[in-house]
Amino acid sequence: MNILFDERLDGSLPQSDPQTTRERLRAALPGMTLLDREEDRRPFECDGLSAYRVMPMLVALPETVDQVVTLLQTCRELRVPVVTRGAGTGLSGGALPLEQGVLLVMSRFDRILEIDPEKRIARVQPGVRNLAISEAAAPLGLYYAPDPSSQIACSIGGNVAENAGGVHCLKYGLTVHNVMAVEAITIEGEKMVLGSEALDAPGFDLLALFNGSEGMLGIITEVTVKLLPKPETAKVIMASFDDVEKAGKAVGDIIAAGIIPGGLEMMDQLAIQAAEDFIHAGYPTGAQAILLCELDGVEADVADDCQRVREVLAKAGATDIALARDEAERARFWAGRKNAFPAVGRLAPDYYCMDGTIPRRELPRVLKGIAALSAESGLRVANVFHAGDGNMHPLILFDANRPGELERAESVGGRILELCVEVGGSITGEHGVGREKINQMCTQFQPDEITTFHAVKAAFDPEGLLNPGKNIPTLARCAEYGAMHVHNNQLPHPDLPRF
Amino acid sequence: MDDTQATGGTAGDRDLAEALCARVAEADASGRPIRIAGGGTKAFYGRPVDGEELDLTGHRGITHYDPVELVVSVRAGTPLQELEQVLAAAGQQLPFEPPHFGPGATVGGMIASGLSGPRRPWTGAVRDFVLGIRVITHQGRHLRFGGEVMKNVAGYDLSRLMTGALGTLGVITEVSLKVLPKPAASHSLCLQLPLANAMAKLTKWGQQPMPLSAAGWYDGRLYLRLEGGIRSVAANRARLGGEDLDPAFWTALREHTLPFFDRADPRPLWRLSLPHHTPPLDLAGDVLYDWAGAQRWLRSDLPTSAVREAAARAGGHAICYTPDTAEPFSPLSPVLAKHHRQLKARLDPNGIFNPGRMYAEF
Repeated sequence: MNILFDERLDGSLPQSDPQTTRERLRAALPGMTLLDREEDRRPFECDGLSAYRVMPMLVALPETVDQVVTLLQTCRELRVPVVTRGAGTGLSGGALPLEQGVLLVMSRFDRILEIDPEKRIARVQPGVRNLAISEAAAPLGLYYAPDPSSQIACSIGGNVAENAGGVHCLKYGLTVHNVMAVEAITIEGEKMVLGSEALDAPGFDLLALFNGSEGMLGIITEVTVKLLPKPETAKVIMASFDDVEKAGKAVGDIIAAGIIPGGLEMMDQLAIQAAEDFIHAGYPTGAQAILLCELDGVEADVADDCQRVREVLAKAGATDIALARDEAERARFWAGRKNAFPAVGRLAPDYYCMDGTIPRRELPRVLKGIAALSAESGLRVANVFHAGDGNMHPLILFDANRPGELERAESVGGRILELCVEVGGSITGEHGVGREKINQMCTQFQPDEITTFHAVKAAFDPEGLLNPGKNIPTLARCAEYGAMHVHNNQLPHPDLPRF
Repeated sequence: MDDTQATGGTAGDRDLAEALCARVAEADASGRPIRIAGGGTKAFYGRPVDGEELDLTGHRGITHYDPVELVVSVRAGTPLQELEQVLAAAGQQLPFEPPHFGPGATVGGMIASGLSGPRRPWTGAVRDFVLGIRVITHQGRHLRFGGEVMKNVAGYDLSRLMTGALGTLGVITEVSLKVLPKPAASHSLCLQLPLANAMAKLTKWGQQPMPLSAAGWYDGRLYLRLEGGIRSVAANRARLGGEDLDPAFWTALREHTLPFFDRADPRPLWRLSLPHHTPPLDLAGDVLYDWAGAQRWLRSDLPTSAVREAAARAGGHAICYTPDTAEPFSPLSPVLAKHHRQLKARLDPNGIFNPGRMYAEF
């Protein structure tokens, strides 16, 4: 599979002349940094999906909203596509540049404009890092809830564009649940404010629509987020299991007991071993699976909930149950989980991180399917799972220097996502479609649904100049992808209409 | 879906999707607008629609409910009451406490109106719990967006776009919702407190981890609901004191059956949605505070423009709840209005879905 822009399948791109574009942008925006030398553009050729690289035609680093407006107006006039990038940590290639496009880098929009404890909001520029918001709010006893694993580096603008998640989504929601308002600029250079500091706004919920729209509808220039009071206390229980299926069932049992944990994570044997070797978190390396259950809130309630969760876990067949004795041990338990990706990364030269969601009850079936795909392909797969909300992150281990292994890893990844769709889940829980999962979109959605997505896009960007080729596939791509899979006899739903 | 896990089905369940699709396709071909109708309990909300009625009440039933997954999927015509009873039997609830405004309220009307009750500031609005929808497009195709999983960022979020769109973008036929367990403990109370003191306390409590789930103020009294674990609710009850309050107060507030909402009052009823800390607006009339100040009900004879401007100056907006108002919703900025028109034109090019229900121009 080649995910680079392919005009035959992704639609034709306007032909833009780099020299004219450069001259026009320089003339219109004399004060803006515009990188055109190859060595300056090189660092921007990929985002977090680093297996794929494209040199952007030009890299623009505006510092003011007016510059963004002028840049967009000029690009529209010249019919030059614009790809927007935040911190470049995205894992689905949503900020993968185009050879014929301008890469609009928002990293210089890095100011926190307002933190108001009475309103419980933070108003920030899009380049502000996710963690920086919580750090700035911490002296006031407040924090910003969504915490994607890249939170020390990822920017809030990118979080909105991808509707980023994290380990606390079941209780505190995704980005869309925690953003009050965004200011965005359309491709025509018009400024829009979506949402407000009130709890709703008149008209359609365009704020929700912009969350997760991957830079396809407009450019975000300001974000207002909701801040929450820090929970009084947080406790973590680690439970070990000799069987992955029992661990999966225990997750449902906790929720059936009426408890909504702040975080509920699961790791399988390979992930446990890797994390333990790397971090020495105190994980039981003999276990087939562990669950980490964080309970947060008011002290007295958390103590009661800890007791109930212990009882549920014991009944569910946990072989060992440990409550972190102090803050240091709690941090250590989490460190193993939060470093699971780099830990697994030590087991092989490369790994490919997937991001599918499933109804939790399907976990045993999907894990069996993944094990079968792993055996068939000869590639090891470690499983890290936001168990509470059904979001799986299988990590496929491979060596890109061995011919064909990257392709094999991608093929296994694609088939895992198709399995997620087959059991009623989704091809992406929190990383976005970007360029990476553009083909699997054809598995999850029918042609009429894809056409409806294109209609929404056209309401904001009829010429398709914003981030072309991302998020929503063309019907031509789906036809080709579908045909390919029928040929391999791997189509999960042969009865669905194809064309 | 795995039907063996589905529960909640009753003999009255019916799937009319095919017939509904045919009706929509016909309307689109002939260019004759349709007025989407459920129980009619929220017909007063928004502008009147001139069109042939498309009755959704026959398309009903819970198609899938697995309490352990915290997800329920339900057809649009299902009575809201019925859904709430099924959830309650499993110890769960719709956390956003949707208003019914009458016994006939349906799930479809709840989604299309996007209205939420007293718990909204603490747990979220209807749209925050929508995971997926099925919708009939103008061509009469029955499509599915989102799904039955908690996290799903594939494609644009059409489920939330359609929530609160008053049926102007398509016919919602089914919705999948995240549900939550009922809290272990709940206690309602009332404190004698002037408005300024009540607002100051709410602002302070908002910055603390306190188990609040509703807060209203009217006529010198602050009404509070504590919800959460048994011990934290008990501790806060002891700390706050006050008089015990019948929890039916919150239902009456949500359903507009408190004396404040008396239909005999000739003054128009306004809903002001404002940043919660906004000081009292200088508007002549009677005001009831909900959502810890973020939603205020106003009975006033003031001209529309005065109410709208005051709300806008405070960073919010105003909706008129009295039927037959020319324009019940605050006008959109020109750039937003343009993109609303463009969305409507792309998703409903012949203008058949509830034309004029939200704004006259579409």
